[in-house]
Amino acid sequence: MTAVLKLDNLAKSFGAVKVADELSYEVEAGEALGVIGPNGAGKTSMFNLITGTLSPNAGRIHFEGRDVTNSSAAHRSRAGMARSFQVPQPFTHMTVFENAMVAATQSAGLHGHEAERHCLDMLEQTGLLAKANTAAGSLTLLERKRLELTRALCAKPRLLLLDEIAGGLTEAECTSLVKTIKDIHASGVSIIWIEHVVHALLAVVDRLIVIDFGRKIAEGDPREIMESPQVQEIYLGIEADV
Amino acid sequence: MSAKASQVTRTTNAARAAAVLGVIALVILIAAPWWAGRADMRLMSELFLYMALASLWNLMAGYAGLVSVGQQAYVGFGGYMLFALTIFAGLHPVFAIAAAAVLGAAISVPVAALIFRLRGAYFAIGTWVIAEVFRLGFAQVSALGGGSGSSLPVGIVKSLAASRSGRESLSYWLALGAALLVVVVIYGFLRSRKGLALTAIRDNELAAGSLGIDVWRTKFLVYVVVSALTAMIGALIFLQKLRISPDAAFSVNDWTAFVIFIVVIGGIGTIEGPIIGTLIFFLLRETLADLGTIYLMVLGLVAIVVMLKAPKGVWGFVRERFDVQLFPLGYRVVQVDGDKGA
Repeated sequence: MTAVLKLDNLAKSFGAVKVADELSYEVEAGEALGVIGPNGAGKTSMFNLITGTLSPNAGRIHFEGRDVTNSSAAHRSRAGMARSFQVPQPFTHMTVFENAMVAATQSAGLHGHEAERHCLDMLEQTGLLAKANTAAGSLTLLERKRLELTRALCAKPRLLLLDEIAGGLTEAECTSLVKTIKDIHASGVSIIWIEHVVHALLAVVDRLIVIDFGRKIAEGDPREIMESPQVQEIYLGIEADV
Repeated sequence: MSAKASQVTRTTNAARAAAVLGVIALVILIAAPWWAGRADMRLMSELFLYMALASLWNLMAGYAGLVSVGQQAYVGFGGYMLFALTIFAGLHPVFAIAAAAVLGAAISVPVAALIFRLRGAYFAIGTWVIAEVFRLGFAQVSALGGGSGSSLPVGIVKSLAASRSGRESLSYWLALGAALLVVVVIYGFLRSRKGLALTAIRDNELAAGSLGIDVWRTKFLVYVVVSALTAMIGALIFLQKLRISPDAAFSVNDWTAFVIFIVVIGGIGTIEGPIIGTLIFFLLRETLADLGTIYLMVLGLVAIVVMLKAPKGVWGFVRERFDVQLFPLGYRVVQVDGDKGA
């Protein structure tokens, strides 16, 4: 297998706060990687670095063998990366369908009827088709999260980055979401999924890494990682305190 | 509701009706030299040119988020290019108008490289400063009359057409054609992939960038195209006035303040807004202009009332209540069996 994404000693700090500290790992083609860590560990900042919203202070990012460290977010998106935002970022004055069309035409490079059909299919897959003509600004939080996923799928990514997409969902919605993400994974898309809803994460991912203070502190089989005393103390211990 | 039973449409019945009425209105307007008086044609020409300026400013501020208060730089630049190219290069005025657009695009590139480093209010102030630099710069060109300006030589004016009525008809048609060109270009652009990208940028730059849209390049393209067309309109304005001076050419009041008023009362971020705003502005001007300074106070009052009671402008107010679009830009998903999406 070849690495679809490779982070090589990635570092980023804001003043004295390190959000990425010599962070290195690879994601194989077709792999689903889970990421956990306490709040403020640097997980979303890691996504911002991977997708080009943030520039690293040091280290390199390779996507499908090409160095994209200095590429813009737009270029990385067109190259095949797509993400969902932890705090949904809809185009509020555009409809749900138009939000999807932005991804299909600008990121995936689809045209006309082909783009429209793709968006309709993805809206059906994520359960938002009935809301296609609704202004994105009037969606509920859960619908906005679904829209994040829809837009990412409309971009036809080869690497999909999901940021706490299951947060706040009911058990039934979570089950439905897990099925959708499994289907996406089964179609060959590589996935990196940051998630606090651990049972949802474990149902999908092949491998798990744990991040704290911007550093990777554990990596391996998801169940073994979750049972490790270090993770129990750093991750679950902090969660219990909250 | 299923994807297979869904279709996407981009037009509405109101838009079809508006297109038919628009074509009829256009034919009537083209025939104006045969039914309108000289003063009416001059007034309509001015209205068309303001409509074009307002539509261009709206594209930049309402869609690209580039709130410029310095568009008089390109109006004045276009006007001066008309004079320079006809007097010194011997170009026919119609070709000089086209050349003014090309030169307007060329000069906007270094200007954009400079002012795109600024954000928000600083961008707005920066554009005004640039316009003042243009005004002071052209005031130093003695060959074009320096600070007191100059008139278009009679020979050049007569090269438009042999008779006075011929010249006035051509001048009118050029203004009508320019307004039509601007509205058609903006409508076509906003319905295109680039237009969808621009609308996405207006709503959320962070998300737009992460979905493959080059935010800087898209805004830059809009700025250059708007500058080119504004310079073309500037050339047309001063072809009608036949005289140019730095204060008239780079007037912030005439070419930016009134234009912003038109867009705000008509409805920013819509194609219909600047068109309706221009009609309201001219209606107010023609009925109240005799009141002197009270006219300007009434304009200010109208702007305040509209901003308080209908912040999206007159067209925004109408659209929200009646869900009508004369220039539909978006997409609507409908069921093949006739059931509309939620």
